[in-house]
Amino acid sequence: MNQGIEVVGVYVHDQDEALAFYVGKLGFRVHTDVGNGDYRWLTVQHPEQPSFQLGLFTPGPPVLDAATAQAVRAIVAKGAMPPLVLKVDDCRAAHARLLALGVEFTQEPVDRYGTVDAGFRDPSGNGWKMIQGHG
Amino acid sequence: MSGSPSNQDPALLRRLLRARDRMDAASHEEWPVGRLAQVSGVSQAHFARSFKQAFGTPPHRYLLTRRIERAISLLRETDRPITDIAFETGWASLGTFGRTFRDITGSSPSAIRSRAKATPHELGQVPVCIASAAHRPHLTTAVSEKRRLAADGTNEPEQQQEIP
Repeated sequence: MNQGIEVVGVYVHDQDEALAFYVGKLGFRVHTDVGNGDYRWLTVQHPEQPSFQLGLFTPGPPVLDAATAQAVRAIVAKGAMPPLVLKVDDCRAAHARLLALGVEFTQEPVDRYGTVDAGFRDPSGNGWKMIQGHG
Repeated sequence: MSGSPSNQDPALLRRLLRARDRMDAASHEEWPVGRLAQVSGVSQAHFARSFKQAFGTPPHRYLLTRRIERAISLLRETDRPITDIAFETGWASLGTFGRTFRDITGSSPSAIRSRAKATPHELGQVPVCIASAAHRPHLTTAVSEKRRLAADGTNEPEQQQEIP
């Protein structure tokens, strides 16, 4: 694939904490990690999906003014950001592995519509569904 | 502007979300404020106030909407007896379930079931929690208030705002 979406970002409370979670627990790898003063552009990617990067961004200046940043932090912490979906080969196995690593599951694996899905949150409060791919 | 929800500390909000998640995952269980406060690591008085400020509804009322939501999805997706569904979703008696269900949704459980069976649903591609949330009842007034309005024969105003 030569065209398509390259980066989508999520807002996180703390980039180091997010990095430890997405890389250390979920098994993503760092694509770009560059700083410019207080600003840090940090993206990670799934090892099996090199064409897509997930940005881990902190709400704050210079992109957002302080009041807006505070509102965004609150929204993220309340779990109000749109859902994220992670596809895995084996949902129950992934759940067992991630649970052992201390990932905060909001829903145990359940069989539904011919597949299996579970739910977890990243440390900031972003909600993920983890769905087993068909076949 | 200390009453503005966006001024709540994000670290506290994250802990309040944890309590809400626990109710979501086990809405059939009893969730007294003490238990919820413990999950969030705050005092009971602080919990109840902060939760309502953060999520716009008191914790108990939030739990009721989740129980009704789950009951609706069991009514839609299974053929299980309504009595079983009532107990499984956390009510101690069928009577309380039926009354609360009608108060919140405006219909009886059996009416919702027959309506659902008549309407094919095509939400197989949507994660089930999102699909369920789409059917979640809006509960902007206390149940007792709804009952009073119904008894008065008064219609609830549209778009009623909850007074913080």
